[in-house]
Amino acid sequence: MSMDRREFLKITGISSILGIGGIFAAGGLRNLVEAQQVMPNPEGLKAKHWAMVVDVSQFKTDEDYQVCIDACHHVHNVPSIVNKKQEVKWLWTDTFEHAFPGQGNEFVPEKMKEMPFLVLCNHCTNPPCVRVCPTKATFKRKSDGIVMMDMHRCIGCRFCMAACPYGARSFNFKDPRPFITKENDNYPDLEYPTRTKGVVEKCIFCYERLAKGLMPACVEASREHAKKTGKRPGLYFGDLDDPDSEVRKILSVHYSIRRKPELGTQPNVYYILGGNEYA
Amino acid sequence: MYNGGKIIIGLIVFVGLMVFPYIYEGGRPAAKPDPKLDTPEILKLPVSERKCVESKAFMTKEHMKLLNQWRDWYVREGNSVYINTEGKSYTISLQNTCMKCHSNKTKFCDECHNYAAVSPYCWDCHIAPKEKEL
Repeated sequence: MSMDRREFLKITGISSILGIGGIFAAGGLRNLVEAQQVMPNPEGLKAKHWAMVVDVSQFKTDEDYQVCIDACHHVHNVPSIVNKKQEVKWLWTDTFEHAFPGQGNEFVPEKMKEMPFLVLCNHCTNPPCVRVCPTKATFKRKSDGIVMMDMHRCIGCRFCMAACPYGARSFNFKDPRPFITKENDNYPDLEYPTRTKGVVEKCIFCYERLAKGLMPACVEASREHAKKTGKRPGLYFGDLDDPDSEVRKILSVHYSIRRKPELGTQPNVYYILGGNEYA
Repeated sequence: MYNGGKIIIGLIVFVGLMVFPYIYEGGRPAAKPDPKLDTPEILKLPVSERKCVESKAFMTKEHMKLLNQWRDWYVREGNSVYINTEGKSYTISLQNTCMKCHSNKTKFCDECHNYAAVSPYCWDCHIAPKEKEL
């Protein structure tokens, strides 16, 4: 078959137009995904820089701690694994010596040395866990500073656990589902997912509750407990960038300490030792 | 032919293995998947509102992409409200939006996934709704 230059150019021109057109036609349905719209929940709580204040003086009995821990572990389906080496914890207690190494001295009141301190992920401004994560499964949310976990991406390498100076991260050595306690009997109906074997988990400042306009579970539990017992709540939560927020008001009148400040991670969980008049 | 016997026996065994699945199934194609949409939650809705977040054609073909998008929008970007092509808003959540209507995971999700021999790992973490005995 012979073909002159003119004929050849015509055929190639027409077929390339058809080809490009075909791609657009087939992509019509697919493009729908890209045309879709999303927005944050308008009822959600907004802040530029979430932070928590723990008023240590309000934690006196075991129950004061336990209501907060239970609330957290309950809503997030955190398993209770007895083996200390494999336990999973989002919110737990530790001693002064372990929580604030180097910040004490030999004359620190005996009571303070022995009392438990409520500890959790500090949602650092400069989080070392985020720096080491090879998959960006843990990342710092630009909008509000929460150090998030994307369980879909976590490959369980545990670099973040090695990097975190606060021990705030737990690895799932086994399927956590059988260890979700009996009190979570309604567990197949709960709104929050569980985790799976081989991922790292930690406190996520209840981002899923904030998105719905609710305070974090531990803060809410602490408030309710305070109402019942007639005391002041031990936990406060708010926006550090807002000078009128509760946390800023408390921090402006009380001296506060943070865990391991010398490491430069800039933790966003503050501990005050005295009471507070803005409650 | 050198080693003819062995080669012919080998060929028979090979052809037998290859053909076995077709003979086993009797030459009929496997039953087409038939995902069920008749959950009590869907039947409760008035007929005009029995719609998924997007059109049926789109959901059938692209639901996995939509779910991936939802996951990234919600977890990574903090957008929890999805506005569909009709302008209606939905909360982005597999457990609390999708599965509230499609409360029949075994008859809905698994039906096609098993047919296509895919096993998405959604349910390793997300909790499937408790299925009521029908």
